[in-house]
Amino acid sequence: MKIIIIAWRNLWRKPWRTVITAGSIFFGVLLSTFMTSMQYGSYEAMINNVVKFYSGYMQIFTEEYHENKTINNTFIFSDSLKQIVDNESTITHYTERLEYFSLVSSENLTKGSVIIGIDPDSENKVTELKKWVSKGQYLKSDEDGVLVAVDLANYLKVGVGDSLILYGQGYHGVMAAGIYPIKGILEFPSPELNKQFIYMPLKTTQELFSAYDRITSLVIMIEDNYQLSRAMRNLKKEINSPFMVRSWEELQPELVQMIDGDKAGGLFMKTLLYIIITFGILGTILMMVSERKRELGVMIAIGMQRFTLSKILIAETFFIGLIGITAGLIFSVPMTYYYYLNPIPLVGDTAKTMIEMGIEPFMYFSIQPDIYYIQALVVMIITMLIAIYPFIKSFTLKLTTALKA
Amino acid sequence: MNVIEIKDLTKIYNTSEVKVKAVNGISIDFKEGEFTAVVGPSGSGKTTFLNMLGGLDKPTSGDVIIGGQNIWQLNSRKIIDFRMNNIGFVFQSYNLIPVLTAGENVEFIMQLQGKPKKEREKRTRELLEAVGIGDRIKSRPSKLSGGQQQRVAVARALASRPKFILADEPTANLDSSSTSSLLELMSQMNKKYNTTFIFATHDQRVMDKARRIITIEDGKILSDEHFDRK
Repeated sequence: MKIIIIAWRNLWRKPWRTVITAGSIFFGVLLSTFMTSMQYGSYEAMINNVVKFYSGYMQIFTEEYHENKTINNTFIFSDSLKQIVDNESTITHYTERLEYFSLVSSENLTKGSVIIGIDPDSENKVTELKKWVSKGQYLKSDEDGVLVAVDLANYLKVGVGDSLILYGQGYHGVMAAGIYPIKGILEFPSPELNKQFIYMPLKTTQELFSAYDRITSLVIMIEDNYQLSRAMRNLKKEINSPFMVRSWEELQPELVQMIDGDKAGGLFMKTLLYIIITFGILGTILMMVSERKRELGVMIAIGMQRFTLSKILIAETFFIGLIGITAGLIFSVPMTYYYYLNPIPLVGDTAKTMIEMGIEPFMYFSIQPDIYYIQALVVMIITMLIAIYPFIKSFTLKLTTALKA
Repeated sequence: MNVIEIKDLTKIYNTSEVKVKAVNGISIDFKEGEFTAVVGPSGSGKTTFLNMLGGLDKPTSGDVIIGGQNIWQLNSRKIIDFRMNNIGFVFQSYNLIPVLTAGENVEFIMQLQGKPKKEREKRTRELLEAVGIGDRIKSRPSKLSGGQQQRVAVARALASRPKFILADEPTANLDSSSTSSLLELMSQMNKKYNTTFIFATHDQRVMDKARRIITIEDGKILSDEHFDRK
């Protein structure tokens, strides 16, 4: 039918007006996708940082350990549990940990610290721990030895090759004591972490605390955060009491809160942008309808049904939206992809703060498909909501008045 | 044979202060093939009369019966379909669809009627040739003179094979040579297709061509004269 042709040609009766209106949509889509890509990129970096740094995307532990984090609430990573984890396709890596507290001494200095027993190879796959070794060497699973966080090492006045005495309480109240050589010094970006951590091979830690074959948690990695809900859903189906599975979101609620707060700010900015776009399109559509009243009246007079006329006007509005959105996406996709591959380096205080938070000082971008289609969809919904005006107008147009216009 | 029968047609406009009777109880018939001018001073009610006749403006009371159908008993959708199939319009300002070519403007109404493409194209060519602008079939209205645009409007009005054509001041925007050639054309079409033409006009040249002149004043028919003109 001629509807599409008429609608399309009508757009180009005043090309500049169409270009300007589509242009406002173009810039709206471009800005909103750029902004969202940057927002999501920074969240991904933060989440990545948190999960890769320590917590993993998910952890499995016992319900008792969740309530009371003592070494008595540890568990044995059984074959049946291993099978569940191995069968879950979203999981890329996992590592066992035995975490507890102990006193650490060197000569006449003593301090409380967090002892983390790890399998050096699988831990490195999950958290890339090796990259924080600033002096000495990374652990080997068949060796006795520890990695000490830098500030703790400084406090205890020890270095690589020195020994540390660990003593405290082990599994079911047995005495835990041992002397271990320092294999390496860890230097984390966060000063808080540098004050308290000691990493040891898992077997050595289990022996120290007499918690043979026992672990406090299984730390799990998946491809990315977008797989999290599926992985959680699948694991929760399989893992029953006395075990439980928790996501990083449950383990780090303060980060979720921070992201939610930032999202709200971003949403406010995008809403402002959408309001500007809305008025831009609305202005054009009002003009397009009001200056063509007589023409619309003639169409009805010669026999066009009002519903058909409304389809022409809706098609015109749709085309404007489509041109703007398509142009916006054509520019925003490669632009955000470029910055995804080449994050913008940050300098000055912002960079310093980020480093202190353990985040690399870059402005990251995301290229998740929903960034693009959600913006496109929102703008198209706005456009089609505006199309309600010409739709109503085509049904309420008074013929005799329109023909005199 | 009567094409249109009008019975006691009245239109009252309710303004804020007074009720204005634009058309005041007109009863009249139009026969097939008539070439009629409805004349009268400005504000006499001739355009309102034509609008009610053409199904564009609802009368306050009275009947407009076209081919046995009282058009104001139809619902709004059916009345549009009725206009499309039975009435052709020629407006003072041509009112062609600016984004369509001359050919597309003529073809458009047949497309609304659901006529097959071949038939549409054939009739479009025939009509544009009949009105003398067959060579401008691909021109948009903005590239045509006023006279040419009004010829396209006449071709468009004839395209749906209507029972009659209503022309409201069709010559008002034309120079004298365009006016006389347009009148000649409409007269030819009237004879060729036996289509009834009803004009609302002030133009003496239109009156000189008309074979029937109805004079309206204050919403009432003052006179109804028939002339034997070739």
